[in-house]
Amino acid sequence: MLRVHGLACDRGDRRLFSDVDFSVATGEWLQIEGANGAGKTSLLRILAGLAPAAGGQIEWDNQPVSKVRDEFHARLLYLGHAATIKDDLSALENLQTAAAVAGSPLEESVALLALRRIGLKGREDLPSRVLSQGQKRRVALARLLCSQARLWILDEPFVALDVAAVDLLCGILDEHLARGGMLLFTSHQAVHLAGTGSSLRLGK
Amino acid sequence: MSAFIAIVRRDLLLAARRKSEVFTALFFFMIVVSLFPLGIGPETALLRRIAPGVLWVAALLAAMLSLNRLFAADHQDGTLEQMALSPTPLALLVSGKVLAHWLTAGLPLVLLAPVLGLQFDLSARALGVLMLSLLLGTPLLSLIGAIGAALTLGLRGGGVLLSLLVLPLYIPALIFGAGAVEADMAGLGAGGHLSLLGALLALGVFFAPWAATAALRIALE
Repeated sequence: MLRVHGLACDRGDRRLFSDVDFSVATGEWLQIEGANGAGKTSLLRILAGLAPAAGGQIEWDNQPVSKVRDEFHARLLYLGHAATIKDDLSALENLQTAAAVAGSPLEESVALLALRRIGLKGREDLPSRVLSQGQKRRVALARLLCSQARLWILDEPFVALDVAAVDLLCGILDEHLARGGMLLFTSHQAVHLAGTGSSLRLGK
Repeated sequence: MSAFIAIVRRDLLLAARRKSEVFTALFFFMIVVSLFPLGIGPETALLRRIAPGVLWVAALLAAMLSLNRLFAADHQDGTLEQMALSPTPLALLVSGKVLAHWLTAGLPLVLLAPVLGLQFDLSARALGVLMLSLLLGTPLLSLIGAIGAALTLGLRGGGVLLSLLVLPLYIPALIFGAGAVEADMAGLGAGGHLSLLGALLALGVFFAPWAATAALRIALE
């Protein structure tokens, strides 16, 4: 499980947030809310280990995350703002490369199945340049379907998705939680997920 | 290891889909080298004398052309973050990117150099030494360049800064690389220069990915 005590973050001279406490256990989700610039993305980046915190502790399975960094990264899937899609590669190549870099290479058949499920049937081999914004998001989200990670940290996963894709993504997230996964995400919209969850409001 | 292979494969694929970038550097190398014999005229003794230096300087500049794109695209589209979060050490993935950079920007120079060397009336033996020195030297250029590219990542006007940062660091490679060919032509044997170039390459292979990784982590924060 993930536990956070008194986390603080500075941007230049300004304190973005401080004394953030929460914990996420298996099968639980946490939605992080807040106005633009409240520090949602900064919080997720700190949790993922991409940026340093100004104070506070992050614990993974009751150990400081700095001590179990490799183990933590092996269990973590982080999807940031950027779509992490190369315009010159096809959806299939993008997905396979991303999965291999994340340490779990995919067979082509498995990757094709994931792309089909995410609604990109027939577009697997097109260069990503010709895909729409929402379709690029779908390519990035296809990684969720093939992920063995226990903790998912998603930054604005619902952005640029149509109604059907939002439902599809909610289904994928529910499955992850039902398998005993943990989920942290930011979103401005109300999301209905199964399992126990709570929300955290930054910058009051 | 599969992540390393995936990175090399991806960067080679990207280079294959954007051939213009590879060929720009290659044509730049060809044209810069060819301008010297045209400008100086058919004085074979002089041309032979300046050939190693000219070819090596042109190779340094050509290798540098593609450096500022080494990490910039990955930084912009978030791929670099994913690489930093990979269970595979970032330094290994950076080595993969450097290897791909060498295969697309360095190796073609090595293969092209003997053809261009003919314009300078170099002997077959000197051409062989030139190729060998470039074969040892161009990976070093990619390795040192990666440190510079990582340090200037995300800076405005980083391109010019990158050349100011990297070109002085290329000087040892230039001295020993061009020196090897000159020494061989003077009948002194190129062994010493080539060994030193090889030693520099060994040092670079061990330390450059690590230094570039440290710089990338700062850029990511």
